[in-house]
Amino acid sequence: MQDVVNKTTVEKRILAPRDSRKTIGSIHVSKPRMVCRDVNVYYGDKQAIRNVSIDIGCNEVLAMIGPSGCGKSTFLRCLNRMNDTIDICRVTGEILFDGKDIYDSSIDVVPLRAQIGMVFQKPNPFPKSIYENIAWAPKIHGIVESKSDADEIVESSLQKAGLWEEVKDRLDQPGTGLSGGQQQRLCIARAIAVSPEVILMDEPCSALDPIATAKIEDLIEELRTQYTIAIVTHSMQQASRVSQRTAFFHLGDLIEVGTTEDIFTKPSHQLTEDYITGRYG
Amino acid sequence: MNKSAGKSVARSSSGRGRTIDIVNKGLKSRYRKEKRFRFYGLLSIVASVVFLAFLLSSIVLKGYSAFLQTYIKLDVSFEAGMLDKQNPGRSDFQGIVKAAIRDYYPDVTGRQDKRDLFSLFSSGAAFQLREEVLNKLPEEGSSISLWVLADDDVDMLMKGHMKRDVPEGERRLNDKQLRWIERLEEEGRIALRFNTTFFTAGDSREPELAGIWGAVKGSFYTMLVTLVLSFPIGIAAAVYLEEFAPKNLATDFIEVNINNLAAVPSIVFGLLGLAVFLNFFGMPRSTPLVGGIVLMLMTLPTIIIASRAALKAVPPSIREAALGVGSSKLQVVTGHVLPLALPGMLTGTIIGMAQALGETAPLLMIGMVAFIVDVPGGFTDPAAVMPVQIYLWADSPERAFVERTSAAIMVLLAFLISMNAVAVVMRRRFERRW
Repeated sequence: MQDVVNKTTVEKRILAPRDSRKTIGSIHVSKPRMVCRDVNVYYGDKQAIRNVSIDIGCNEVLAMIGPSGCGKSTFLRCLNRMNDTIDICRVTGEILFDGKDIYDSSIDVVPLRAQIGMVFQKPNPFPKSIYENIAWAPKIHGIVESKSDADEIVESSLQKAGLWEEVKDRLDQPGTGLSGGQQQRLCIARAIAVSPEVILMDEPCSALDPIATAKIEDLIEELRTQYTIAIVTHSMQQASRVSQRTAFFHLGDLIEVGTTEDIFTKPSHQLTEDYITGRYG
Repeated sequence: MNKSAGKSVARSSSGRGRTIDIVNKGLKSRYRKEKRFRFYGLLSIVASVVFLAFLLSSIVLKGYSAFLQTYIKLDVSFEAGMLDKQNPGRSDFQGIVKAAIRDYYPDVTGRQDKRDLFSLFSSGAAFQLREEVLNKLPEEGSSISLWVLADDDVDMLMKGHMKRDVPEGERRLNDKQLRWIERLEEEGRIALRFNTTFFTAGDSREPELAGIWGAVKGSFYTMLVTLVLSFPIGIAAAVYLEEFAPKNLATDFIEVNINNLAAVPSIVFGLLGLAVFLNFFGMPRSTPLVGGIVLMLMTLPTIIIASRAALKAVPPSIREAALGVGSSKLQVVTGHVLPLALPGMLTGTIIGMAQALGETAPLLMIGMVAFIVDVPGGFTDPAAVMPVQIYLWADSPERAFVERTSAAIMVLLAFLISMNAVAVVMRRRFERRW
């Protein structure tokens, strides 16, 4: 339900055609994992994202901020082609993952999504047991062959997600029976169970209380050592706490990119400054 | 934004009084409305319960007596030459029965009287005797006593459906026959016993020999064909249309037509079955195989529509979650969507099958209305189904078929309930609410 609502709000706020604004700040990083160049996204005739170019570096957390409907979620969903599920959505431009364009016709989305995992805004564990939630993806990819392999992956994923101690005695219980914060960490554990290279997070803490949020932020900090993370968030504090670089989106344009410190202490663009100081949005 | 909202609240409170007063004023009528609505709801439930109770009680009251049947105790003695030594099964059992009856009523002599006397016994008595003899070959000169079936007129008399005190011309048994029966009653040789024939035999022109078993088996085979064909086809079609098919004119056209098919009168499917399966493909008529295929055509739209609704009800977040970890579309469907949608699909199947079980019209067209005495042994044997059997019996003139009609309806309902019970149990098993 939530996702449908999101889709419609995105569509509603889609903008009239006009030229894109130039991005301020350096879009480049020294060791890029994903390289996006001139990405445009259209829903039908309407354009949702204009000429967005940005690099996402290895082992960094890139935060994407901006007012509702600015296209940050749409952009995030382009990165593992989740937008394919929306019929009217069209993407142009280049998104390179390890040097290959993920929108190239030779690219298969199944292995792509196995490498670029995703955590959604609303915790969406499978209506199965906690164990099955984690073990399902490795099973379908053939990563695990025996029961002991699966047990191992379940334990290590839950441990990485900081959930192991809380659920180790009830792995056969339904994943949907956990609290909201636990569910979201279960979803993160599910995403890292297939050992992806990149994890995309779409407002993972929007439905959580401060304690659960803090746990997830700690988790992101830890995960950064192994994975590349792109996170969309509405919370400026969260962006400043967890990310190394921050990108500010506004009405489909990428307005400013920079290190998180720079963006939050000395933003170059007026819109960025207005937004992070709360005068706008 | 906030300022203007504050202003309008202030205005309304100064103009129309305090909000709480306005709310209180309307409160009574709100509750009255709710009460009225609840009353209407209760009323409609009571009305439907009354109608249902009336229907069921009338069926049960009319039909329960069909589960009992009048039997007459007959002493049969086997004299020399009565049984065929080489082939006892081909002896003249009719003659043996008649001899036994004559022995019991030695004073009945006239031709007409004898015929009247013999007509008190069912023609099935000879078959019962044959079975008894084949079971255990009696020695010559020995005698056995056997409870044989009485004729349906005697049965009706014993059950009180035929009055004894009306003038002779107004009843199907004459005064002499009544006297013979009274003698049997005095000697305790006539009694109502459980009617096993009804549950073991096929149809018959003689009410006392007619049974529902042939129709039950016919319905069972037909339903089996329908289920085996319509469940997988219906679900495969629904899953394809809902999860895989592109949204274009062709799929829209298919969708419209599926909805139309659900509304087509069932007899049209019968005509189609007649034209295609019987005439073109030359399949055998009156068989559960063809009946099942025709009912499958009728059931498919129901199953497809219900299954698609069940698939639509699966939250998209589950699909996204599965896609997000890199599963293929089929893995999303088989791993997550189908298990969640299965209870709804089963519900649709139950509804479709229940419809099919009660369907008569399309089966008339493919010859399942024929008078079939034998209990079917397979999918290609001629068979009747229960609703058709009920229709045939309801159409028969004999008084004894009235109670059999109601009894057959009871059996049909029992069949329906047990079929649904199985489906409900299965649905429960799949319906694990997390």
